[in-house]
Amino acid sequence: MKFGVVVFPGTWSDRDCGWVVDQVLGAELTYLWHRDTDLKGCDCIILPGGFAYGDYLRTGAIARFAPVMEQVGEFADRGGLVWGICNGFQVLCEAGLLPGALIRNASLEFRCEWTNLLVERTDLPFTSKCAEREVIRVPIAHGEGSYFADPATLSRLEQRGQVVFRYCGPDGRVVPGANPNGSLHNIAGIVNARGNVLGMMPHPERCSEAELGGTDGLKLFRSVADGALKVLVS
Amino acid sequence: MDERRLREVALTPDEYRAIVEQLKRAPNEVELGMLGVLWSEHCSYKSSKALLRRLPSTGAAVIQGPGENAGAVSIGEGWAVVFKIESHNHPSAIEPYQGAATGVGGIIRDVIAMGARPIALLDSLRFGPLPESGRHFEGVVAGIGGYGNCIGIPTVGGEIYFEDCYANNPVVNAMCVGLVRTDLLMRARAEGVGNSILLVGADTGRDGIHGASFASVELDENSSERRPAVQVGNPFLEKCLLEACMDLSHTDAVVAIQDLGAAGLTSAVAECAGRVEGAGARIDVGRVPRRERGMTPYDVMLSESQERMLVVVQRGREREVESIFHAWDLTSAAIGEVTDDGHLTVFDSRDQVAHLPVRLLTEGAPMRRLVGVAPEPPLDLVIDALPPLADAGATLLRLLASPNLSSRRGVFRRYDHMVGDATVVPPGGDAAMLRVKGTRLGLAMTADCNARYCHLDPHLGAQLAVAEAARNIIATGARPIAVTDCLNLANPDRPEVYWELEETVAGLAYACRALELPIVSGNVSLYNDSNGDSAIYPTPVVGMVGVIDDYGKRLGAGFRADGDFVLLIGSSQNDLGGSEYLKVEHGYVAGRPPALDLTREQAVNRVVLAAAQSGYLHSAHDCADGGMLVALAECSLLGGTGVRCPAIRPEPPLRLDAAFFGESPSRYIVSVPSRAMPEMQSLARRHHVELSLLGLTGGDTLEFEGQLKLSLAELRQAWEVMLA
Repeated sequence: MKFGVVVFPGTWSDRDCGWVVDQVLGAELTYLWHRDTDLKGCDCIILPGGFAYGDYLRTGAIARFAPVMEQVGEFADRGGLVWGICNGFQVLCEAGLLPGALIRNASLEFRCEWTNLLVERTDLPFTSKCAEREVIRVPIAHGEGSYFADPATLSRLEQRGQVVFRYCGPDGRVVPGANPNGSLHNIAGIVNARGNVLGMMPHPERCSEAELGGTDGLKLFRSVADGALKVLVS
Repeated sequence: MDERRLREVALTPDEYRAIVEQLKRAPNEVELGMLGVLWSEHCSYKSSKALLRRLPSTGAAVIQGPGENAGAVSIGEGWAVVFKIESHNHPSAIEPYQGAATGVGGIIRDVIAMGARPIALLDSLRFGPLPESGRHFEGVVAGIGGYGNCIGIPTVGGEIYFEDCYANNPVVNAMCVGLVRTDLLMRARAEGVGNSILLVGADTGRDGIHGASFASVELDENSSERRPAVQVGNPFLEKCLLEACMDLSHTDAVVAIQDLGAAGLTSAVAECAGRVEGAGARIDVGRVPRRERGMTPYDVMLSESQERMLVVVQRGREREVESIFHAWDLTSAAIGEVTDDGHLTVFDSRDQVAHLPVRLLTEGAPMRRLVGVAPEPPLDLVIDALPPLADAGATLLRLLASPNLSSRRGVFRRYDHMVGDATVVPPGGDAAMLRVKGTRLGLAMTADCNARYCHLDPHLGAQLAVAEAARNIIATGARPIAVTDCLNLANPDRPEVYWELEETVAGLAYACRALELPIVSGNVSLYNDSNGDSAIYPTPVVGMVGVIDDYGKRLGAGFRADGDFVLLIGSSQNDLGGSEYLKVEHGYVAGRPPALDLTREQAVNRVVLAAAQSGYLHSAHDCADGGMLVALAECSLLGGTGVRCPAIRPEPPLRLDAAFFGESPSRYIVSVPSRAMPEMQSLARRHHVELSLLGLTGGDTLEFEGQLKLSLAELRQAWEVMLA
């Protein structure tokens, strides 16, 4: 299983994702430069957090035009695993690989804090290690993480079960008070219809070791790593 | 010489005469501007340098003391911690967002210049009371977040105080901590005649011209016209600059790296050359990439455009280094070379536009001999005249909700404090801690100062600031190793302010010597005054770093388990002078700050460190601002566990209000499992330290039987008033 972590100028979660893949998970790791036109045989591409290209204009708006993104798009079309975290989610939406958009937090402020997420899909390569409707604790760190989509898109997402993570209370109840940024339907993460492209605002790479306050994030990394194993065995 | 022109470059007629005397000619316009900025208080330290020599700066672990871009201290396993604190008060007063943002950007570059990767930021902030000072507060907090969040360095700590004296002159101090392998530590020395001088990063614009001079005078009603003297930050560009500079460690072609900060190119080149005996530099402003047309050599030499660095490269290997910057889409330009004529010579293509001895620029400013006179002693506190405590619970709620004691969560959740995957003690307790990845080492860090104490007694106040910072570090289980300081004061031309400066430095020196803490870097910000009538309190912010050998043994401030014994380590006196209790409940600032016995302080510190290392403690918290009850409430709120205590009956002359809310130093609140009690008692006995059992953890109330009982929910509602 080989993870590729994409580095745009202004990306800063690249090293954190790389640390978890390499040091905690013990999987193979390659960094992919924004100018790369070859995904170097990676099985899962991570678009990490940060301010790619300074997030000028709109978050992710310039990054989508990076040479590497053309390859990522084709890779996703072929069914390859693409995982956008925070800024990476924003890039995926801008690139049209996921529907909707991430807009300014309702508070109009940056928020860095722990959130509870209700896991609504466990049949995905990203979440297979989570229990049904498990509540996981994962921190957020963003100023523009409020998920928005038009009503038709939103209802399509809901009908097809494409909402993977929803902000919830510690008891798993999806309530307005648990929503840190004003996301519609408390959406924290979605997947494409095919189930191979995941975008999420919270940072699983920040909670994959106990000393950082929690290990729920590691479940997602393990899911991806083990999922690939299953494919090999079958 | 035209006096108006001299004022513009912030030189006095006497200083001008000294220049002419040493040059044996009149300086031209460009030279005058260069000398003006470098001789400004901000760059030359002409009012404080003589005093600063008294500060201790050496120690077995110190690799780099003051004089470089930042200090460096060995922490073992081949690693050095690099850190520095710096002020950005004047720019933040008139343009809070950009002032604070560029303050953060500047201090990050100081750490980068040492070859270190910045791993954490801290900010020490002071404003006038809210809501009047909301513009300053909101702008500064947003600016710090805007820069730090974007560049991807966690903001993990600091402090915020509100006090009338900062209404016109906020204090905005930013501290950056970095890590470097000791063998890769860089220094900004222009070595090697003929080596190339590269200017990298942002293009040079007209922003920030005379910024250093502006920071060296008092603010007045025309200060908002100086807004062009405030620079604008670009954290994205600095992120690229940061990564490119980290990549420089892949080549050995780099001789030196220097940040361009105050006084821009002039200062950067002069400082690099000034660090090497006899060295000089020849540069061509015509080769400096510019942001706008029509810039004169004067503009280029004095610009304080942000996100620029100077890199000295071995002759012939420029391409190698330039390709690293180009990979990050950064401009680099070879603008000159190192010489051995001891002069900074500036050309504009073929024309020589300045030729000045480096020593005249860096050390030529005549030191000012100022006179200190002690002001009237502050208002006396007649403690017997204070009415007895009426309702301890109500007082506690008011204190928790007071601007200086309430929870800072509303602020630090606006800062990314987790990026880097290293924050093992998050902000909100005493010091923050980051692990050194690949080792078991933990780095604790804090920035502290109770300026009210410094106002009442600057010598003692400075000592208390050092002691409290050290307690914050120790409360995490780490041992303090070194200090960076930022001295913020008013106009030193006033004898009582200069006296404050003298006393402050003496107090810092005394406490740092006693606690064996070298000061390895720092900054002085003077003239924090407006129109001569709103002097700030002397505010010597103490930034401190500590090390724990195994971060697995780190401690938080919050109670962790039910049924633990809650102990007060250290003893309480009638220390209500300058306290929050006095200010909040009685409405005035008076008296003497708490007395500090540094021998006693060390004994208490040894007990806590030994107990932490032996694993006896479940939590530890410094008992300081607001006193014991406030500290207890914080332990409960941070841990989500209450505490039940029998009534306190202080032995006379100790008063009940002082026992609850007095701010005696050299005290900690710790929680220990009952089985560790015998060890704790023998530890305390061995070090002759007082140990009192306050109560037991558990439940969801904070209770002193018959004296107060409050639910954690009530306490939290008061404490988190900022989030409301």
